[in-house]
Amino acid sequence: MSGLVIALRKDLLLQWRGRLQIVAVFAFGAAALLLFSFAVGPDSLALRQHAAGFLWLALLLASTLSLAESFEHELEDRAIEGLLLLPAGPRALYYGKAIANWTQLALLGVALVPVMVVLYDAGTTRLLPLLGIILLGTAGLSAPGTLYAAMTAQARARQALLPLLLFPLVVPVLLAAVKATSLVILGDPMGQLRPWTTLLGLFCVVHVSLCGLLFGRVVEDG
Amino acid sequence: MGSRIAIAAAGICHRYGRRWALIDVGFELPEGAATMVAGRNGSGKSTLLRALATAVRADRGTIHVLGVDARAERDRARESMALLDHRTHLYEPFTALENLRLAARFLGQPDTRAALLTRLDEVGLADRADDPVRGFSAGMRKRLALARVLLKQAEVVLLDEPYGDLDPPGFVLVDHMLERLRAQGVTVLMATHLLRRGQALCSRALVLESGRLIFSGPAASMPQPARTDAGFAEGA
Repeated sequence: MSGLVIALRKDLLLQWRGRLQIVAVFAFGAAALLLFSFAVGPDSLALRQHAAGFLWLALLLASTLSLAESFEHELEDRAIEGLLLLPAGPRALYYGKAIANWTQLALLGVALVPVMVVLYDAGTTRLLPLLGIILLGTAGLSAPGTLYAAMTAQARARQALLPLLLFPLVVPVLLAAVKATSLVILGDPMGQLRPWTTLLGLFCVVHVSLCGLLFGRVVEDG
Repeated sequence: MGSRIAIAAAGICHRYGRRWALIDVGFELPEGAATMVAGRNGSGKSTLLRALATAVRADRGTIHVLGVDARAERDRARESMALLDHRTHLYEPFTALENLRLAARFLGQPDTRAALLTRLDEVGLADRADDPVRGFSAGMRKRLALARVLLKQAEVVLLDEPYGDLDPPGFVLVDHMLERLRAQGVTVLMATHLLRRGQALCSRALVLESGRLIFSGPAASMPQPARTDAGFAEGA
């Protein structure tokens, strides 16, 4: 069994053991969507136009909760250090954690879509492209998010520090994901979906590759 | 006891912020030797063991473990070492068996329930195999951490206060474990405050004081002040 598979199974089991937290994160995301809809008001056209942006904002805000949580058990008894000393490869540990976080965020994104449809009257029949965008966008969030969650996990003000570091870095991912989701919901007469999705995919590749290389530096001493 | 050097440390310095925890510490330990590390709280025992295990990177100095430069080839050095740390390296939501299974999988060891139960039985935890670590006492966590150390079958074993948190049967368990490791030719370095016990089990001793190595030699010749200092009770 490869180190990545072992690490992924470990992280998925950790998430399963903390499944109540996942429900809480979903409730947070749904509440954020509800509050954003209040901010726009009862104008159904405006709601529909802003639906994609608010979906991704809700996902981004909820992701900081789940990402920060994902390192809690790694550090409470220096469990991750124990794995590194075995030695388990830091890259395997990173990709295991990042894939587990990605799975959780993608499920959260999928679960928030019906909430968005109800609150923003933003239904679409193009479910497969929407699912693809959610998969790409959440990968673009979880890759750097996992790295920064590891960096800030031992910091005193980690709750504030993680969003502070993460948000500027994921702006390109967020822009591309919002634009692509909007095109799926509102229609794509100019055929812009493919370039935006490609851009989103490129950001994902860059984040996934770079963060995997840097993770060892973050979790190892020196 | 082999003639090869198991651990060769030279000029190790490490600091936390502005305070030096280790200052120019150097020694050589022959393969198969059991060595105790003594010293007061804050003398640098844990930092020394963590530096040797590559859990922290020493600011200065060199460490060779079985001829491998632990600084340059960290993973290779780690393969031959096992560390029992103050922190037990366990996942709280996992059961004892799951924690051991995770380590076994990374180590490429048998991870069947039967094989792991045997390991847990060695430390008296077989009947608590399916209980989450979250509900374990400090002593039970220490026992599970010991099982994890034994699982690795390392050539060099570093034990930081192995008797800490344990009950009297636990003390006996550690004694037997040390005797077994010595019989297997494993190099053991054990930090402990239980000096008489350490001297009975270890042939060599290192004594640290304020981060400096003040003694390195036969355990029987340890400096008297450290041996008789009030407060160094033997526990069980």
